[in-house]
Amino acid sequence: MTDHALRELYQEVILDHSRHPRHYGILDQASHKAEGYNPLCGDKVTVYLKLGADGLVSEIKFEGKGCAISQASASMMVEMLKGRTAAEADKLMQGFLHLVKGEDASDLPEDDRERLEVMGGISEFPMRVKCATLAWHTYKNAVEEGKNAVEEGAT
Amino acid sequence: MNAPQRIAASFNVEKARADFEILSRTVYGKPLVYLDSGASAQKPRVVLDTMRDFAQSEYANVHRGVHFLSAAATDRYEAARRTVQKFLHAAHEEEIIFTKGGTEAINLVSYSYLAPLTQPGDEIVLSVMEHHSNIVPWHFLRERAGAVLKWVDVGDDGSLDIEALDAAITKKTKLVAVTHMSNVLGTVTPLKEIVARAHAKGVPVLADGCQGAVHEIVDVQALDVDFYAVTGHKLYGPTGIGTLYAKRAHLKTMRPFNGGGEMIREVMKDRISYADAPARFEAGTPPIIETVGLATALDYLSGFDRAAVAAHEHDLLTYAREQVRQFNWLRVIGDAPGKGAILSFEADGMHAHDLATILDREGVAVRAGHHCAQVLMERFGVASTSRASFALYNTRADVDALVAGLAKARGILA
Repeated sequence: MTDHALRELYQEVILDHSRHPRHYGILDQASHKAEGYNPLCGDKVTVYLKLGADGLVSEIKFEGKGCAISQASASMMVEMLKGRTAAEADKLMQGFLHLVKGEDASDLPEDDRERLEVMGGISEFPMRVKCATLAWHTYKNAVEEGKNAVEEGAT
Repeated sequence: MNAPQRIAASFNVEKARADFEILSRTVYGKPLVYLDSGASAQKPRVVLDTMRDFAQSEYANVHRGVHFLSAAATDRYEAARRTVQKFLHAAHEEEIIFTKGGTEAINLVSYSYLAPLTQPGDEIVLSVMEHHSNIVPWHFLRERAGAVLKWVDVGDDGSLDIEALDAAITKKTKLVAVTHMSNVLGTVTPLKEIVARAHAKGVPVLADGCQGAVHEIVDVQALDVDFYAVTGHKLYGPTGIGTLYAKRAHLKTMRPFNGGGEMIREVMKDRISYADAPARFEAGTPPIIETVGLATALDYLSGFDRAAVAAHEHDLLTYAREQVRQFNWLRVIGDAPGKGAILSFEADGMHAHDLATILDREGVAVRAGHHCAQVLMERFGVASTSRASFALYNTRADVDALVAGLAKARGILA
């Protein structure tokens, strides 16, 4: 039982993402960026975005340091957000937040739900949910506040 | 693994364990292996029973009423002060100020003692291994009064560099604030030597004794330390109660801390005068039940042969250190000679939080993170570590469970 929960949490897909994060690094042409930080564990993540018309995520990358869960979650997030409209991305994020808290995520499109389901194991580990949501909150922050961050960084 | 349990002749760990009911519980179906006493220690039955009995039979507010219970509660409260005095070997009762914990004790020194003396450019000497509670109050003085923080490094093994500390003390130094025992590295600092060096230059010393008082026998007179901060909950006592020892010579010049009842002599519309120490620093109704609990915890701890307890804890640390040597992917942080029973480590390819989660499912409670010591994390180039901290009730079997859990985590994560 215990082992089952652990194996669910640390599935191969998750470990693979954490060891080989996708779209990792700085995005030079970013229009938005934000830094996320979890003061409890010291996990850090920076999300870089290039937003097109009506908020289309045309490019997205991340970099950071942290536990397997936070790194895998960030890696899966950037992979899935690329090419989404603002509305689609919001919906995906809401669904993800429901999923990791063990709540109803049935409003997610089926293929998204299938891909994100590997993160569902986290709901058995309430102390770790913040690790999984750090990147997503940082993404949201980048969209809402991150334009200035890029401009300030450029000066 | 079935390691023989070597028991110090005058300390019976199994007997002590029976005093801690929580140690018999299970976590996720596994026996609890509690290796997080450095964060907070479990409470023996006698502490919990005494607090309840006191609340049920002698409780009232202290120093207020003339009625029977108020007198009884005041007696217990002031007796607790004498228990702490004895525990720390303080010369005078009024040198023991009750606070809500170690953090408040250090903030009290910052606010009441140092702030009124601080001019812009004055220096406070700290070590890089301080807990945030012995850093942030001094940052406040940096922000508000222009104080300068001067940092003393530790060696790669976590030893404090006493010569560097000495060199950091200048004519501008107003205080040396240093831990007695690092909550991450386990390093025990040469406090007596530190005090001697600082006093030679006329500089007082504050020691953060939140870990040190648990594992060392503290004699504030022999140490000649000016301020010594202690928290109750790491000493097998309740939360919400701690102590500041402040040398009598400083008490008169220290301005009041919180304002309120209990700390005054006379309050008029246009003037006020303050009570003497310790009441001057204990505004408001104190945590009375917790104070009685703290005294009980100190009596409990003092009931053991402290040297035998220290030997027992040291044996656990040595055993754990030997056991983890088999893992070439694990790096212990902090190997100072004579260090206390704390084992911090970093594991290749395994983040401390992932490790702690897997250990947790084995019933093994360790701390993972920066341990409120980010300056130290930066010194060792890590974002976080895992930490096993040992208390008097831990056993070699606990170490075995930790080691088995580490091997399992490696299997899952690496």
